[in-house]
Parts: sequence; C-alpha cells; structure tokens
Amino acid sequence: MLAKRTGTIIKISGNMVSAEFGTFVIQNEVAYILHGKERLKAEVIRVRGKIAEMQVFENTSGIKVGEQVEFSDELLSVELGPGLLGEIFDGLQNPLPALAKECGFFLKRGVYLEALKSDAQWDFTPLVRPGDMVRPGEKIGFVPEKIFKHYIFAPFNLQGPQEVISVAGEGKYNLKQPICRLRDANGRESEVNLVQSWPVKVPIQAYTEKLKPIEPLVTKMRLIDSLFPVARGGTYCTPGPFGAGKTVLQQLTSRHAEVDVVIIAACGERAGEVVETLKTFPKLTDPRTGKPLMDRTVIICNTSSMPVAARESSVYTAVTIAEYYRQMGLNVLLLADSTSRWAQAMREMSGRLEEIPGEEAFPAYLESRIASFYERAGLVRLYDGSTGSVTIGGAVSPAGGNFEEPVTQATLKVVGAFHGLSRERSDSRRYPAIDPLISWSKYWSFIDEKEAKRGHDILRKSNEVAQMMKVIGEEGTSLADYIDYLKGDFFDFVYLQQNAFDKVDEATSADRQKYVFNCIYEILNAVFSFASKEEAMHFFQQLRQLFRGWNSSPWESGEFLKTEQEIRGFLKQNIAVDKEVAHA
Amino acid sequence: MHKDYTDIIAIAGDVITVEAEGVGYQDIAQVTTKREISLAQVIRIDGKKVSLQVFSGSKGISTADKVRFFGHAMRVSSGENLLGRIFNGSGLPLDKGPELTDNMIEIGGAPVNPAKRIIPNKMIRTGIPMIDVFNSLVESQKLPIFSIAGEPYNELLSRIAIQAEVDIIILGGMGLKHDDYLFFRDTLEEHGALTHSIFFIHTASDPVVECLLVPDISLAVAEQFALQGKRVLVLLTDMTNFCDALKEISITMEQVPSNRGYPGDLYSQMAARYEKAVDFEGAGSITILAVTTMPGDDVTHPVPDNTGYITEGQFYLKNGVIEPFGSLSRLKQQVNGKTRDDHRTIMDTMIQLFANYRQTREKQAMGFQMSNWDSKLLHYGRLFEERFMSLKVNIPLEKSLDLGWSTLAECFLPEETGIKKSMIEKYWPKIGASNS
Repeated sequence: MLAKRTGTIIKISGNMVSAEFGTFVIQNEVAYILHGKERLKAEVIRVRGKIAEMQVFENTSGIKVGEQVEFSDELLSVELGPGLLGEIFDGLQNPLPALAKECGFFLKRGVYLEALKSDAQWDFTPLVRPGDMVRPGEKIGFVPEKIFKHYIFAPFNLQGPQEVISVAGEGKYNLKQPICRLRDANGRESEVNLVQSWPVKVPIQAYTEKLKPIEPLVTKMRLIDSLFPVARGGTYCTPGPFGAGKTVLQQLTSRHAEVDVVIIAACGERAGEVVETLKTFPKLTDPRTGKPLMDRTVIICNTSSMPVAARESSVYTAVTIAEYYRQMGLNVLLLADSTSRWAQAMREMSGRLEEIPGEEAFPAYLESRIASFYERAGLVRLYDGSTGSVTIGGAVSPAGGNFEEPVTQATLKVVGAFHGLSRERSDSRRYPAIDPLISWSKYWSFIDEKEAKRGHDILRKSNEVAQMMKVIGEEGTSLADYIDYLKGDFFDFVYLQQNAFDKVDEATSADRQKYVFNCIYEILNAVFSFASKEEAMHFFQQLRQLFRGWNSSPWESGEFLKTEQEIRGFLKQNIAVDKEVAHA
Repeated sequence: MHKDYTDIIAIAGDVITVEAEGVGYQDIAQVTTKREISLAQVIRIDGKKVSLQVFSGSKGISTADKVRFFGHAMRVSSGENLLGRIFNGSGLPLDKGPELTDNMIEIGGAPVNPAKRIIPNKMIRTGIPMIDVFNSLVESQKLPIFSIAGEPYNELLSRIAIQAEVDIIILGGMGLKHDDYLFFRDTLEEHGALTHSIFFIHTASDPVVECLLVPDISLAVAEQFALQGKRVLVLLTDMTNFCDALKEISITMEQVPSNRGYPGDLYSQMAARYEKAVDFEGAGSITILAVTTMPGDDVTHPVPDNTGYITEGQFYLKNGVIEPFGSLSRLKQQVNGKTRDDHRTIMDTMIQLFANYRQTREKQAMGFQMSNWDSKLLHYGRLFEERFMSLKVNIPLEKSLDLGWSTLAECFLPEETGIKKSMIEKYWPKIGASNS
C-alpha cells in the first residue's frame, strides 16, 4: 500500500482552498482537509504547477494555512445499491434522517455517514452460474426492494467481458458480503457486492444503444400532455419568475407522473418546500401501486443555506442514481429544482478561481455543462433487450423573470420541451401557470395532431382579439371575432387549467384527456348563431359551469356520464350548423 | 498567548491586509489604532497575507498599527440578559448598559437539517386584516415587505412587532436613519414591548462592515431563544442596505461582479440568513419579517428578485397600504383552513370582487359607460379600501371576517358574490341593509 498523498494549505478564499502537493494529484479527485479532529470533504477542480485548487463541501471557517490535506485517489462518487428508494440524502449522499439522529437539529460539518446501511440484509437470488460470461453492467442477480426487483450488476467500472468464477446461492446477504467473483481476459479477479460506487460526473453507459424518445410520459397535467408533451427519456424545462408556481408544478408531477421511480433534486431552494415533500410523501399513496409514494421516490436535498459546492454536486448525484435505476429497465423521472441555483454555484466557484467571466459573470463553460447534464437523459436499449429511460425536468429561476438570461437560454438549446411559466397567468390564479402562447414541445402527443393544432390556433386567435379589444373596446369587435375570443377563453378555462385542490381535477388520465379533448374540438369547430355578444357570453358562461362539474366528476362514473349528456343536450340547442369550419 | 502583528501591507476600502501566521479563516481580530480599538474579521488568507474587514472602517489605520488575532470566529452573548437591551452591529452596548460576555455563541452557525424541520402550522395574529385575513403570517415564515423609499414600512414593522403574538422580538437595523431607530425604540417602549425586545442597530452613519454582521448576530441570538422553546420574531430593516454592503465589500476585494455590481453569491448570502427561519421539532421557532426597499419600485432589481426566490411570499407596501395584488403568503394555506370555516370563502370572494373593482376603475378612467354592476363594484371598492386596506385598522381576525360579510351584504345580493349556498345560509347577515 502506498503512503497517502498529502498537501499543505496555502490559500483560503471562501469555500475555495489551495494546497501545495508533493507527488501528483488527479483532477476532480476527493480530498480531505484535516482540521483538528474534523475531516472536511473537498474536490480538486484546478491544478496549477504544484498547487491544487479545491472546492470545499463545507463551511471553511477556522481553517488555517499550513494545515494538511489528504488526497483520496477517488473521484467524487455515489454508492449504488438496494436501499436508495425512500431515502433522503444531501448533495454528497449523506442520509439526512440518520444525520439528524446523530447530530440533532443542525448539520454538523465534517460528519459523513454511510449512504446505505451496510448491515441491512437483502434476499439475493442469482441469475448467473459459474462459467457464464458477463459484460460490465449485466445482471448477476436481484434483491427485492420495495415494489421492484433491484438487479445487481457486474460493476460498471470493469473492463471487457468477465467470466463468473463463483456466485452466492439464494439467501440473505448484507452490503459488505461478496456475492460473486469475476475474472477478466487478463486473469484479473474482482469481487462483486450488492453495492458498487460510481463517479457522479461520468454517465453510466452500460447499454447497447440510445433510442429516440417517442412514447409520451403522461404527467396527467392536461396542458402539458395535450399541447406540450414530454417524452419518456426526453428533457424539458420550466422557467418562471418567483411565485409563478414552479415548485407546485413539480410537486404535482412527482405525484402523478406515470413513471416507476422519481428522483427529486432540491437544489439550492427553500428547505420548507422539501420538508413538505418529505413529510407528506410517506403518507400519500401511489395510485398505481397502492403503496406510499415515498417507496418510489429518492430525494436529494441540498437547500439554499447548505454549502454551495455540495449544491453543484447534488444534481450529478441525482442523475447518477436515476441512471442506475434505468439500468434495471425502469422509467425514471428526475426533477431538478432549480438548475439556476446549480448554475449559480458554478458561477461562485468560477469567480473564486478568478476565471474570465462570460455573460452575467457566468463561466464560459456554462452552456456545455448544462448540455452535458441534460444529455444524460435518454431512452436506452439495455444488454438484455429491455429498455429503460431517464427523463429530466429542470426548473429554471431566471433573474427578474427574464427568459433572455444565460441559464434559460442555454437550457432551451438542449431540451425537447419548454414550459414557460408567466407571472401574468399565476397572478390571475390560472393553474398551471404555463403560458401556452410561448411554450413549445418537440415530442409527440397522444392527442391527434390536427386537433391539437386547432387548440393552439384558437388560443392565438383569442389572444389577438383580446389585445385588440383592449384598444377598441368590446363595441368595436365583430361578433365572429368575439366568439373566437370566447372559444379560446373557454378552452383555457375548462381544459388547460386544472384545480390543484380538487381530487379528481388535479390529475387527468390519458384516456380521459383524449375523450374530453375530442368533445372540446367539436365545440371549437362549431358554428354558433348568436344574436348578440351578450347571448354568446351567456352561452359560454353556462357551458363553462357545466364543464367545471364534468371536470370534477370521476372518469366514467355515473355523474360523469350524466354531465356529459347535459353538455351534449345543451350544445344541441345552440349549435346551428354541425360542421367543421375552414380555418387558416 | 495572543501575538500582535504590525506588518499591515495594504489598506483598501475597509479591508486591510496584514502578514501573519497560524490564522484561521473567518477568525476575529482586534485592530488598535491611536484613536480607537476595532474588531475585524478574516475574509481571505493567501500564504502569509491575511485580509481582514475592519468593522469600524479603515479610516485612520496606520501601517504600523497592531493587529491581534483571537483565534475564534465572531461571537456574541446570548440569553435572558439581553432582553430590553440595545447593541450595535458588533454586539457592543449602545444603551449605556454593561457589556455582556456570558453564554457566548458563534454567529453564522451550521444550517438546520431539513429532516428536523416541521411543516409550519401556527398562525401569528397581527390584528391587521390585510395580513390576518388575506395573507396570514405563519410561525417560521420568512417574509419580506417589498417597498420603496418613503413608504411607512418601519411603521408597519413596529405595529406588527407590538401586536404579534410572539415571545421575543429581535430588531436588526441596517443602515437605519437615526430617527427611525429612535422611532422604533420609543414606539416599543410606549407599548411595553421593549422588555421582551433586543435591538441590534447599525445606523446609516456607522461603518459599512458592521451592517453585514447585523442579520447574523440577530439570528444567532434568536436561534438560542428558539432552541429554548421561545417563539421569536426577527425584524430586519432594511435588507437592501445589507446587500449594498455586500456589494461594497466584494468590489473592494476585487471579486467579479455578476448583476448590477452585486456579487455572484448574493442569492446564497441572503438565503443563508433567511433560511434561519425555522420551526424546530419540539422547541420554539424563528419568524423573519424583513424590509426590502426596491430601487425605483423595480421588482426585477437583483435584491428583490433574489429575495423573492428565497422567501415564502411577500407583502407589497405601496401608497401606504398593503397591496392585495403582488402580496402573497405562500404558507397561508397551512393555517387559514383551521381558523373559521368562512375564512377562505371571505378571502377568495373579497379579493376577486376587489379585482373586478380595479378593472371597473380602469374602464371608468378610460371613459367607458358605467353599468349598474359597475357602480356596485365602485361602492364596494371604496368600502374595502377604507375598512380593510387602511393601515389604521386594527381588529382581530374574527371581527374582520364579520366585517367582510356585512360589507358584502351592504353592496351585493348573495348570488352576485358566487359564494356557496351553505355558506350564505350560515353567515350572510339576515337584515339586508346595515347601519353605515
């Protein structure tokens, strides 16, 4: 065993510490600052001559020049294995509830606990036999974790095909016990445990190919699924000014989205919001499985008052865990709130490194970092032929609510769907506050393309008329235009908006969306013969009321059918010609 | 034990650089000049060069002056002895009382483990209907008052301080005008609230570095009380001055500015303070009300903008009243379902009608014809402004709700309000016309 490589601190500025080293250092390796009895974790981020510059994941108060640094030889990594689901970690994968037991109310610096309980017992079932050949990332066996089969893989970091020398039989094992021995072509042997570690900044690439995401990921949010869909394995972003409801939107998505596993990365945001998630999720049941929602959730939580450098690593920790569950053939959704805070963490570090600043002092590599993060999403074909996916949804908090700023712009370049939240919509209590006039999606929706286009068109037309009416008043608007305005408003009100406090209305299944959209399509295309604007307005007001009741009646219930009959009857009385309108 | 260093090699702004060894990052030192003795804090160490920000400013410091390091971070005394006392930003008494040195605690301590927080669920009653009814203040909430210079934000703060149901009030004044400081002191004294208050005051004429310490010192003391089970209300006025002080220091330190000269870590710096607001599981709580003056009434200015992303809503004080639009308490849903069953109904209905009133006002201004409904709204709007929005109004929540019903009944027919039938039956005043 080689002696540990060490260094001596020569400079401290905020959370950046520089140390002079003896032999060599590795870029991005983990180092520990030895301060009295404390060992503070840090990461090497730049090397100049014999000086290694490190970002420290802790408060640096009290650190002195001359103190020792120990280099660890390892890149910043996470532990991957059974026990991740339902857990709450900080950005460095410290389990927060265990930390609370150990240290009480406050996060004591320099205390690092094991991410996964090494003495927990798991029921292992092997899938390979001695003599079998496996590639790194192929299945060796599985253990049951919550509702899933948690597969154990040949370590991702091995090189080339491996021969199985021995494998443990069915039975209970903890994370420390070896369950398999492998030998590579050069005769080098390695041991496999239920847990393996992987560097967070390197994507896991144990798959045969990356596929084009085509299947829609149903979020049960009508505005998203019908008009601006997200695909399984795709990426999307939700920028919005403060108070526009980014977090509420993400919370509801995390509850209702049709995926197997949800990873929530609370990155540099309010602690209170995370608390709400972590106190309510264990009590909420997942409608798909009947089990607590927490069983399919992993929370990575590095809130705004926790150390900044760990905030930067938290999104990588989250995406690595997401990739790991993808390897099991599961559909994973990663929700990052907010990627702007992550970008700001990069900016802070870049400032301390005295790099030449780019736009708004963000580092020049901002765009490439954002791009490579979102590129870790994807639908992949695994070695056994099955598929798995990671979908990434990132909230963006643009300064001043201005979408021109660098983080929003860099994000828009790489994502497949854009859900822009507007202050105007949230102020007028329209939920979700996604503005249909600025949002877009490159993915395919289960709603017929022609019908969806009609929806987009009427919204645009309606908005034009509304703008016009502000200038010339209602009197100067033609009846035809006025009806288009009412149609757009009606579509927005009864379909795009949802009541987040109504048990039924808060989540709409794909089937129901298709069905209702069809009905609305008919109304949008219908020709009405109203005598006056008052009559038109009155008609749509009544129709609205009916739809409101329809929206809150359970799918295919008696109430649902009854209201539908009422609506159809009401329409029949008022629609003059039941044919499609030609429209531009 | 302590060694004196006399090699001051640079003085720039309020930052001095001295050659020294064995100094810890963020340690406190004492700088002795011919005129005075001041505290200073280490903000950068580069080899032997130690940079310190001097709390009382660098004016009059000679390159031959003495710097002595204490070997620990900034500390402040805490506990019951502080009650009723007034200190400056470095924790020295301003009220002729004795200097305190018991129960010393370090300021700017570790963040709270999110797993040990609880979901806020206790309302703080203030007697101000625009807060209690429409945007309830909740224990452990962090809420800024967005305002512009000239608005009565300090009056509002002091009224909340006097009327709020809390155990301890801590006032952190940053860049406060001297008369404002006297105003706070006199108002709290007059209402007998001074005995359970602690002041940390930095006035506009004090050195800028001291301004940076005020939130930390106030919140460190608050945290100690909260851990002992006390409900603490921390008032910070004005956080924009704090941010400007940050800007000044960071530019002196030659850091790359990000937005309008503010440092890139403005968000993290503010969040570290605001996030001290907490409801401890099994102990007390800290609630933070802060004033943020918006230069040019511009909410997209970096200070209010970053604040908005950190805090749980905001009160928007404009033209001497709390504006119902633009004001928001993100936590109100946690408490307003448990007060009285008509609370949410009154809140939603009255605001919706008030929004309609504003639209009608616009229409009126543009010379459009006023319908019968429009005149009803105009009447309602005027009553609402007078009975609810005026900051002079001081009534408990239940009275406000009753007043809400009678105001609605004065102006509208029950069906015009869109209120659920069951609610109308229970609360709508039986005799249509009222006495006003």
